[in-house]
Amino acid sequence: METGTSRVKRGMAEMQKGGVIMDVMNAEQAKIAEAAGATAVMALERVPSDIRAAGGVARMADPTVTEEVMKVVSIPVMAKARIGHIVEARVLEAMGVDYIDESEVLTPADEVFHISKNDFTVPFVCGAKDLGEALRRIQEGAAMLRTKGEPGTGNIVEAVRHLRLINGQIRKVQALSKDELYNEAKVLGVPYELLLNVHESGKLPVVNFAAGGVATPSDAALMMELGADGVFVGSGIFKSDNPEKFARAIVEATTHYQDYKLIAEVSKNLGAPMKGIEISKLDASQRMQDRGI
Amino acid sequence: MKIGVLALQGAVAEHMRSLEAAGAEAVAVKRMEQLDELDGLVIPGGESTTIGKLIRKYNFMEAIQSFSQQGKPLFGTCAGLILLADRIEGQEEAHLRLMDMIVARNAFGRQRESFETDLDVKGIDEPVRAVFIRAPLIKEVGKNVDVLSTYKGEIVTARQGHLLASSYHPELTDDFRLHAYFVDMVKEAAASR
Repeated sequence: METGTSRVKRGMAEMQKGGVIMDVMNAEQAKIAEAAGATAVMALERVPSDIRAAGGVARMADPTVTEEVMKVVSIPVMAKARIGHIVEARVLEAMGVDYIDESEVLTPADEVFHISKNDFTVPFVCGAKDLGEALRRIQEGAAMLRTKGEPGTGNIVEAVRHLRLINGQIRKVQALSKDELYNEAKVLGVPYELLLNVHESGKLPVVNFAAGGVATPSDAALMMELGADGVFVGSGIFKSDNPEKFARAIVEATTHYQDYKLIAEVSKNLGAPMKGIEISKLDASQRMQDRGI
Repeated sequence: MKIGVLALQGAVAEHMRSLEAAGAEAVAVKRMEQLDELDGLVIPGGESTTIGKLIRKYNFMEAIQSFSQQGKPLFGTCAGLILLADRIEGQEEAHLRLMDMIVARNAFGRQRESFETDLDVKGIDEPVRAVFIRAPLIKEVGKNVDVLSTYKGEIVTARQGHLLASSYHPELTDDFRLHAYFVDMVKEAAASR
């Protein structure tokens, strides 16, 4: 009997496919998310848009918040640790959190090194905006990936950019010859073996979700259309006018992402989505996606 | 043999790959009308609460029950096992209620307790590699249910006539024997219809 194997960690993410993982800030929101059909919840003290508004240093949530959420739902509970913050991650693992997001939404604790995730029994998800970042995170032990997008903006443009880029890079890698692959590994800054695996399989070896800007059912469906395995919704649900309806509608649009009549139906009378931010209005210090590359 | 994989949420592609490796034609099922053309159906792993809600939302409940009444085989893995069960411990409402068994969700604990192990399964020669992820257990079975394997004294594989259920994920390995076992069940059922 073996726990924490790569198959057990990656398999857990496989079971999330086609699903929606929702950010929640308390037990009540967690129950709303579960009742709406979320496949997991991400327990947080503040959603990304509030983190953005508050400024200062964003850290792992108070364990009380996470524990309350774990108590009230039967679906998996995820939580965020700062990039490189080994102890926050160990604390979350000790609490029995089901998945850790080593996340650029929080202020990085280490500007050079990510957590060596292979050393943990609990699985990790990490953000990536290109194939190089994706494969470096996998090498460190990430069992699931998500696009970084630009969290807390309610603007899908960066998540689209990242998913399109990663998928385009995969297609390019597939077409390379062996000698070109050696050089591409060097250019991307990734291990040759992982790149060879992508070359041969034509896909990433772990599940890749969309995240960072999903605000509407159509946004979620768009990311599925572009090849995401599922969707994280951060501020998009509990910063909208009607979280329950938004949550249900996003779940249905993710399942039936090519059924446009259905998406039209579930999008009716939802009320206002979260207020968005135009990406060009963010200055360099506010861009979370540039953290932890 | 045309076998569907219920594609509302969960590990659909893995089951399709395994079914095809076991010699069946696999179809992703998103609408209940698709059931008519199928000889068997797999309910995959995923989140049982999510799949259960979508089954109700898209009228799969009665459609799958009548599929089963026609004697067409069903195979549920992990969440799929929970969906097939007659009763779920600690919950008032179950889902499809096709198999005469009581199941417990997340019976081994949280994700850090998830594991893989070798498992003897009745009807399959050598042990299979069984991957348990936040897995359920079968706590009790009715007299028509055949126990195919146990882990530490608890039931993890069971069959009731044309219905098959496992706590673990055969679709996450390259061992296709349990899928082949199910494909044989589908062939037998089709021959006797």
